[in-house]
Amino acid sequence: MSLGNIFDIAGSGMTAQSLRLNTTASNIANADTASSSTDTTYRARKPVFAAIQQSMLNPDTQGLGFSSSQGSGAGVRVEGVVESNAELQMRYQPDHPAANEDGYVFYPNVNVVEEMADMMSSSRSFQMNVDIMNTAKSMMQRILTLGQQ
Amino acid sequence: MAISFDKALGVHQYALEARVKRAEVLANNLANADTPGFKARDVDFQAMMQRAEQTVSGFGMTKTNEAHMDTTPVGSDSGLLYRTPYQPSVDGNTVDTQQEQARFMRNAMDYQASFQFLSSKFAGLTKAIKGD
Repeated sequence: MSLGNIFDIAGSGMTAQSLRLNTTASNIANADTASSSTDTTYRARKPVFAAIQQSMLNPDTQGLGFSSSQGSGAGVRVEGVVESNAELQMRYQPDHPAANEDGYVFYPNVNVVEEMADMMSSSRSFQMNVDIMNTAKSMMQRILTLGQQ
Repeated sequence: MAISFDKALGVHQYALEARVKRAEVLANNLANADTPGFKARDVDFQAMMQRAEQTVSGFGMTKTNEAHMDTTPVGSDSGLLYRTPYQPSVDGNTVDTQQEQARFMRNAMDYQASFQFLSSKFAGLTKAIKGD
């Protein structure tokens, strides 16, 4: 029985989604962080997800009818967090303390609407993984009652 | 006559194992619902059950030597197939969250059914042993 794997898979999904939620929170919090140069301006951060293959974990997994090269997969991992290459917003605000000599201030390339949509998507995905974990838990609990009257 | 547990339990123990395997595959699909380029997969349940039935009936072919040929049909040897997406997405991900979740729930229900069968098999055996 490999019901325990489901906990790992759903757990990896929850970790990945909470990291996504983390970057979203960071992006929204910094949406209005002004800076005087393009180098120091905050840029929107996005996580990159990738699937974990079971063969990566242990190459000799042999289940019922599964060859080791095509395992059922073992969840999701965050390969890294990348910064968005979208153009920064340049605003003319000569009165701003961070304005450069031409009177321009740089604002992050965070799209708040996009971030909000991302936030909803990640929270839904998180819930889904919790649901899966609950179902796996009840399946496991049923197994413990096997043979009882 | 001795009771053989392998024969007494029938196909249900294999069905239960197949259900667990399927739950694992579907959970993996759902965990990767936001992974770009991920292809949703599912098990070929029929093929799995056919293999299990062959094991139960004893007519299935088994590999007892390294030099023996693989008799499982081509394409279904892993038992894992790729799903055809209803709505292809731009990032190459073929996971349809609602579909997968519905399948996962249904699989959990089928698991309960298989479990019930297995449980009553055990209940029957207990009854036979006790004799009351």
